[in-house]
Amino acid sequence: MISVNSRRYVVQRIGFGVLILAALLVVLPILFVVGAIVVEGIGAINWEFLTAIPRDGMKAGGIFPAIVGTLLLTVGTALAAIPFGVGGAIYLSEYARDTWLTRAIRLAIVNLAGIPSVVYGLFGLGLFVLFLQFGTSILAGSLTLAIMTLPIIISTSEEALRAVPTEFRTVSASLGGTRWQGIRNVVLPQALPGIITGVILGLLRAGGETAPILFTVAAFYLPRLPQSPFDQTMALPYHLYVISTQVPGMPIQVQYGTALVLLALVLSLNVVATVIRSYFRRKRQW
Amino acid sequence: MLTEIANPKIRIEHVSYAYDGEMVLRDVTLDVPANAVTAFFGPAGGGKTTLLRLINRLNDLVDGTQMTGRISLDGQDVYALGVNIPQLRRRVGMVFALPLPLPGTIRENVLYGPRLAGERDRSRLEEIVVRSLRQAALWDEVRDRLDGPASALSGGQQQRLCIARSLALEPEVLLLDEPTSGLDPISTGKVEESLLELKQHYTIIIVPHSVQQAARVADHAAFILMGDLIEYQPGKKIFTTPRDKRTEDYVTGRFG
Repeated sequence: MISVNSRRYVVQRIGFGVLILAALLVVLPILFVVGAIVVEGIGAINWEFLTAIPRDGMKAGGIFPAIVGTLLLTVGTALAAIPFGVGGAIYLSEYARDTWLTRAIRLAIVNLAGIPSVVYGLFGLGLFVLFLQFGTSILAGSLTLAIMTLPIIISTSEEALRAVPTEFRTVSASLGGTRWQGIRNVVLPQALPGIITGVILGLLRAGGETAPILFTVAAFYLPRLPQSPFDQTMALPYHLYVISTQVPGMPIQVQYGTALVLLALVLSLNVVATVIRSYFRRKRQW
Repeated sequence: MLTEIANPKIRIEHVSYAYDGEMVLRDVTLDVPANAVTAFFGPAGGGKTTLLRLINRLNDLVDGTQMTGRISLDGQDVYALGVNIPQLRRRVGMVFALPLPLPGTIRENVLYGPRLAGERDRSRLEEIVVRSLRQAALWDEVRDRLDGPASALSGGQQQRLCIARSLALEPEVLLLDEPTSGLDPISTGKVEESLLELKQHYTIIIVPHSVQQAARVADHAAFILMGDLIEYQPGKKIFTTPRDKRTEDYVTGRFG
């Protein structure tokens, strides 16, 4: 009796150990990656690096145009993706009935999420750069990133909307509200934290992508700020790719410094998303 | 069986209703008089709530349903083409079994309906808040915290807030779906008391949460069993001298 129990106990301990190891394996890489980048790159970070244009074939000076470019692309992506993404989610969650059409739309969204990002890049090149003649531009790049981001925004927003209990819609309707008034006044405010989180996660991915902007907007070396949506721009992910692989004799510190800035930008967006989510969760009343 | 009366507020004629191919109501015909409390009572799952929700067309929100028959309010078919549904729901208010305050303050809850109806005048809105909360017997308890969160109220207070929220629209009919099912006896007493007050001005239909409650508050009562209207009598006679064996069995507690 006792020996059986103690054997079970040992087996249980081993089981727990394996599970903990599995969990640790997830944490270790992120610690290594972030740690290595911070250690190697922190020395490159100074005021000039963040605010000056590149000099000496990008080996010296700063990465300001790339930072600005990435911010502009992220804003452009947000402007294009949020209205369509959230609008689409509202339609799917609140209005659409279960028909072959909505099933087709959902299938398309799932598949869209699975397409490799370089394919989006080629698609953007074909549609926006060449066919619509936007040229290699912030406009074309933003739209390409937006299309890539749409599935994330739509599916997280739809999930957030569906999480609001049906009864709220019924109550609003019973008080003489139209379907839209119920969505606008009762459902959307409660789904907002989930929607915002989804939007930020989507933009985060867009801001860090290289392949979609490769053919649509990114400039190899452009030591000035873009003047209009039809200009090219440098961008952090592509800049990192360029200085890591295309420029011989590039100081390693500049490469890590650039990676650090990109990482900091993306992670800070992530923190913002977390803060917003927890703030609204505390305010929620059901 | 009494089904037709002169000048009914609501007339339900041969209403059958199916959900996903399953019959929920079968050929129900009855008239609801104005300025009285009419109770639909019977075992759970018999279609009482569905019948209520058909009157203000809340079941429109549900897919996969089929309705035949006619429901009219003051002689007008509520399912006629071109009926303004939000307007209908302002005339026919509803209170649900579980109190569900909307996110926001007590005041915002009361004014949700009037604001959507386009009322902007501040003094009018203020008047509505006071009147509705008084009618729902909640005013004294919340007068000092109208701008506090509605979710901070107790269950009984929340349910009276939901009643006030419906009354804010000055409906002609008030549908109450087991409005006291989640409440303690004291809160239940308060809600029932306010019904006596309210029926002077409103036509009330209630799905009570027990036969006892039906007997306490109803001026007229209909017994609904598994989708069939079994018996409908004016006054409280249905509780003392039921005509149908099934009604008698239910009222005397032999099943249900």
